[in-house]
Amino acid sequence: MKNFKTSKKRFVYLFFLAALVAGVLTSCEKAVAAKENPELMKVYGESEAEMTAPPMVPRPVGKRAATKLIVNMEVVEKEMEMADGVTYNYWTFDGSVPGSFIRTRVGDEIEFHFKNHPDSKLPHNIDLHAVTGPGGGAESSYVAPGQQATFTFKTMNPGLYVYHCATAPVGMHIANGMYGLILVEPEGGLPPVDREYYVMQGDFYTEGEFGERGLQPFDMNKAVDEDADYVVFNGKVGGLTGENALHAKVGETVRLYVGNGGPNLVSSFHVIGEIFDKVYVEGGSTINENVQTTLIPAGGAAIVEFKVDVPGELVLVDHSIFRAFNKGALGILEVEGAENEKVFGGKISEGVYNPGTSVTGIVEEVEDSAPVAEMSMADKMERGKQVYTQSCLACHQATGAGIPNAFPPLANSDYLNADVHRSIEVVKFGLSGEIEVNGNVYNSAMPPQNISDEDVAAVLTYVYNNWGNNKTEVTQEMVKKVK
Amino acid sequence: MKTIIRLAVCIAIMIQSQAYGQSGSMVKIEGGEFIPLYGTETAVKINDFYMDVYPVTNAEFLEFVKKNPRWKRSEVKRLFADESYLKDWINDEAFPSDRSPNAPVTNVSWYAAKNYCECEGKRLATVDEWEYVGMANEKQPDAREEENYNKYILSWYETPKTYKNEIGSTFRNYWGVYDMHGLVWEWTSDFNSVMIGGESRKDSTGDNNLFCGAAAVGATDLMNYAAFMRYAFRGSMKAKYSSKNLGFRCVEDVEKKAL
Repeated sequence: MKNFKTSKKRFVYLFFLAALVAGVLTSCEKAVAAKENPELMKVYGESEAEMTAPPMVPRPVGKRAATKLIVNMEVVEKEMEMADGVTYNYWTFDGSVPGSFIRTRVGDEIEFHFKNHPDSKLPHNIDLHAVTGPGGGAESSYVAPGQQATFTFKTMNPGLYVYHCATAPVGMHIANGMYGLILVEPEGGLPPVDREYYVMQGDFYTEGEFGERGLQPFDMNKAVDEDADYVVFNGKVGGLTGENALHAKVGETVRLYVGNGGPNLVSSFHVIGEIFDKVYVEGGSTINENVQTTLIPAGGAAIVEFKVDVPGELVLVDHSIFRAFNKGALGILEVEGAENEKVFGGKISEGVYNPGTSVTGIVEEVEDSAPVAEMSMADKMERGKQVYTQSCLACHQATGAGIPNAFPPLANSDYLNADVHRSIEVVKFGLSGEIEVNGNVYNSAMPPQNISDEDVAAVLTYVYNNWGNNKTEVTQEMVKKVK
Repeated sequence: MKTIIRLAVCIAIMIQSQAYGQSGSMVKIEGGEFIPLYGTETAVKINDFYMDVYPVTNAEFLEFVKKNPRWKRSEVKRLFADESYLKDWINDEAFPSDRSPNAPVTNVSWYAAKNYCECEGKRLATVDEWEYVGMANEKQPDAREEENYNKYILSWYETPKTYKNEIGSTFRNYWGVYDMHGLVWEWTSDFNSVMIGGESRKDSTGDNNLFCGAAAVGATDLMNYAAFMRYAFRGSMKAKYSSKNLGFRCVEDVEKKAL
């Protein structure tokens, strides 16, 4: 009841505000002139900017007039997870990578309050690409640990812009996670959509290779060589999968604000299973339509929009594809709703293809290597989880649920529990053809996994001891026997 | 009776402070010439001087504050120390229980550090003097091109809360000085004479050479990065500021010591 009242009140208030704004915009010639010149745009009132951590974005500006907008941001240096068992000392804007999303409109006067936490070891600043002025605000915002600075600017150009730290050495500050996005909406706001999300890619350089456990320090040499260990969305492997996955319903229009913090790599942003209906190229005013993959430069951004027509899991990737499957640049958008066979019919027939001749190549005989000491059960589970994340998760999913009609489930799987040797064979040598799992028929191909016997034992032990399976412990000996 | 107690306390303090004075021993640094990060073709000449083996500790600074009440947190002039001065201390005469007496004192302003050294008959090192000693590793007086030396410094920049570690917990360098890298930043007398402003990418200023240096490759590149961040930190400070990761130590001229 109370809610109803307040919303009613708010509605009345909004109505008057809208009427006021509409009145100002239509009746006053000065305002019309201001449309063309943001510099002369008058601001009305003052409010504090809503700031959101990824993947969420603040509410749209809608029809509101230009205003004085107070933005509060704090630099925090802190250790966070980069991948399972891997941590990193991130330098962040507001404690997340990427930093908080800032949403403004053309003509806003931004009063930016920039703070550096007293625990910080280093001075920091912010360069907003949305700023017209020296250094994008870098010089005005340079603050020592435990200090703060305030600067102001007017948003002159609509678009989606990157912000980042520009303190020497700039590359290191960006490589440690100091970037984010600021959106400047045009007058009247962007057209409304059903869902909006905030996605930002970044590359990371660690002393250990991808997946090497423990706290990993930054590796300056690798960064200079542009030899990234991690390429990820939203700051970490799994930043947009599992419980961090994005969601939408069939029929909805989704808008992604996609940025690329770099520091080095350019992103070939693609969503597997979708075509972008609209791309605001490079985050600017040019709209391209029907795009498969859009290029997002380091220190640049793009707005992509698409309507989701069929249910399923859409996969966000950097289509420089090894980055997706080997370095972490992979995200999931889960679409729920009714099937639409007019749009996607699925598989309708299948058969053997045998052209009658065989293609021969060189088959290398590999000598049996000396056996490695058997790992303890606890080590196997840990190692297994890591292998699973790297090699299996993309298809079989974090919970072992698989993807209906495409990748069979590993959770509560009758197929697995019936025959452990068959499972080993599948992992070692791959599998294609029709199989039945938990009453559903699957017919797709799994490639042989090119991993050591030790890892096969670990990953299968992990799978068998999770998600309601029969708790078999797989040993290297068992793996070796399957030939 | 009261007088006797007071006298005893006084003597105790004097003995103690003397003891601290002795523990803050110094080593001689032999002067020489070197080209600092911001240098051009010309080398900077450093005269012989003595340097504290360790940074000043919490316990030592507490003694100083007791003897010089104008540097107590509640009495210090805002002109000489901002609100973050000794911010974590429980009160005017007690540092927090999670800090060792032998950990370096931090959250002190430049004015306080300078006055501390002056009261000891010493002074703060110049940036050049500090950098001259700081370029040594365990074995060499100038290790700036050693990859491991630079990696050590860079990794410290990313290690949180090292200000809680005790003095002497890092390596003893060529000169016999500890903790130049790996513990806390340190005040220098002319800390902001080389300005790295907020806009680090400008190349039109007088600091041109500073940034051209960054274009070098290999070990020199790492070396510049490691030193860059010290200059960047110094450039962000003002004399009345203080910081959780910033302490100090003192030096003394040779001629003066000889007297």
